[in-house]
Amino acid sequence: MTTPVFGRRDPDGRGYFGEYGGRFVPETLVEPVEQLERAYREARADERFGAELAVLLARYVGRPTPISEAARLQTSLASDAGGGGAARLWLKREDLAHTGAHKINNALGQALLAVRMGKRRVVAETGAGQHGVATATACALLGLECVVYMGADDMARQALNVYRMRLLGATVTSVAAGSRTLKDAINEAMRDWVTNVGRTYYLLGSVLGPHPYPLMVREFQSVIGREARAQYRELAGRPPDAVVACVGGGSNALGIFDGFVDDPAVRLIGVEAGGEALVAGRHAARFATGAAGVLQGTRSYILQDAAGNIELTHSISAGLDYAAVGPEHAWLRDLGRAEYTSVSDAEAIEAFGALARSEGILPALESAHAVAYACRLARELGGDGSILINLSGRGDKDVETLRDRGEG
Amino acid sequence: MSRLDGIFAGLRAEGRTGLVTFTTAGDPDLERSAEVLRVLDRAGADVLEVGVPFSDPLADGPVIQRASERALAAGGTLATALDLVAGVRASVGAGIVLFTYANPVLRMGLTTFMARAADAGVDGVLVLDLPIEEADALRSAAAGAGIDPIFLLSPTTTEARIRRAAALGRGFLYGISRLGVTGARDTVAAGATEHAGRIRAVTDLPIALGFGISRPEHVAAVGRWADAAVVGSALVDVIARNASGDLAGEVERYVRWLRGAVPVRTRE
Ligand SMILES: Cc1ncc(COP(=O)(O)O)c(C=O)c1O
Repeated sequence: MTTPVFGRRDPDGRGYFGEYGGRFVPETLVEPVEQLERAYREARADERFGAELAVLLARYVGRPTPISEAARLQTSLASDAGGGGAARLWLKREDLAHTGAHKINNALGQALLAVRMGKRRVVAETGAGQHGVATATACALLGLECVVYMGADDMARQALNVYRMRLLGATVTSVAAGSRTLKDAINEAMRDWVTNVGRTYYLLGSVLGPHPYPLMVREFQSVIGREARAQYRELAGRPPDAVVACVGGGSNALGIFDGFVDDPAVRLIGVEAGGEALVAGRHAARFATGAAGVLQGTRSYILQDAAGNIELTHSISAGLDYAAVGPEHAWLRDLGRAEYTSVSDAEAIEAFGALARSEGILPALESAHAVAYACRLARELGGDGSILINLSGRGDKDVETLRDRGEG
Repeated sequence: MSRLDGIFAGLRAEGRTGLVTFTTAGDPDLERSAEVLRVLDRAGADVLEVGVPFSDPLADGPVIQRASERALAAGGTLATALDLVAGVRASVGAGIVLFTYANPVLRMGLTTFMARAADAGVDGVLVLDLPIEEADALRSAAAGAGIDPIFLLSPTTTEARIRRAAALGRGFLYGISRLGVTGARDTVAAGATEHAGRIRAVTDLPIALGFGISRPEHVAAVGRWADAAVVGSALVDVIARNASGDLAGEVERYVRWLRGAVPVRTRE
């Protein structure tokens, strides 16, 4: 069992990664956010906290999650590619974690912190519903009251996850404001937090929001990268050429990148949602058409119009359908340490089908974006290459969406 | 001495409680929004807070969220809010404070924004999601343009930060008397006295107290602890309900009703 290694690549004292990050919150939240930072720093320095979390991750979540090789997918890509072959493909199986996605790693870590801080009520936002399900699960396990805010449109396209959260004892509150998706759910969760700040813990689901959330969530997700690095070395004897992950806020990506970021030979590639087209309102590829700005507590790349209002976004996958990207990603991109690209709805759906038929795995539509790009890259790299894909979640929640579109 | 300094000095000299109003620029549209500002001034508002419409107003409750949506739908932006102020400035004696979220301002560029705001006749700027720690650049741009940076103080603000805000803020300090988002309430928060007292203990800057004020007796109560009362959501609600009727008349009636109960204050 690996104990968490905390404290690497910290942002500066004001929570900045380069020029991104910071703490852009209404006055009422300044002190609560500082309290949270103090509590988190105490917790990460406390071996018992790390040990308690490690036990839960092993015995409750089922970690470590395995790495599987996608050999039949590779073969089918190689035959398409003609003579050049295709790179070997490996999958880090976060879909096998309890509740079906990486989100549980962060939810359990923060829920333990909430208990430590004496907060008995937890609020969270959710897009795809995976973070909401993970939070509802952690709250059930630890005996905390749980309120999840979810955009009205997301509730419609992820109806099964809404029901799962309710079965787990959470209250799911529909948000009909704005674009009725993840961004609006975050606004509403923050409004709740501002109002009930004394007894409430805000359990944010990605590497977003005011400092210390981007740092804390990355550190809770870095278990993915630590495991993957050791497992991969054992399987292949050397690191992969590239690590590929989808980027909504960017927590599963930073989690797996963390294991390889110090090894400059490994390419780190984040895949954003290209949606229907890279035209305002029809995608969520922040690095493709966005600009630096401030949204929901942090300075990063955001999709905005000329007046500084936040643009509507679209993705087939609710978990990638968000106007801002985590500040550490913007920094890694500026540094040239990570690359970002995008994949369309159609390509993601195609990759979903390819993985299902060749490997017997239904990936989350979010994760299917990473698979789609990895397939493209595998042909480019050819037979000598190797790619590790973070399969951030399973696709059961998306079966209805695909059926409605007439897939399968 | 800035216009805001002069206004608050005048209120203290008269022993009168000031009235600060909040409306959203461009609600229900730009033309009527300008008319509302003129009416507020005529009805006795001392400072007009003008809210810049924004797509993601996370510190606001439903009433001001909807005002923002109406203004955006009518084409409102930061630029049109500045035009609105420029258009009414000559005919309005009240102070004018722009209330905004950070992103529209950062998008325009801080220096450009402050220069345009000064040209338009804006007296002060409050950026809701730029706490003191993130406001260095804002303060120097404001100082360069002769605009007062206004800071907001909440019941959760520590004493050390109240001191910093008092040292760095100009014009007045905006105390919010309760936790939570904007919205009218039936009573003024019980903690308001204590909050105003905590601020008063460290500074002589004028204090405007807001969040939840909707009735003349609230204004009167606030007058016992602070220099001015802020009425926001309740006024925005009057605008929403009368957008297709006698808007100017109803706004004027409401503000005169609020003002009517304002007593002459005896400052100790
Ligand atoms: C399976 C899965 N992958 C990825 C994401 C995107 O989040 P992040 O970029 O923080 O990993 C989500 C979000 O809901 C998800 O459910």
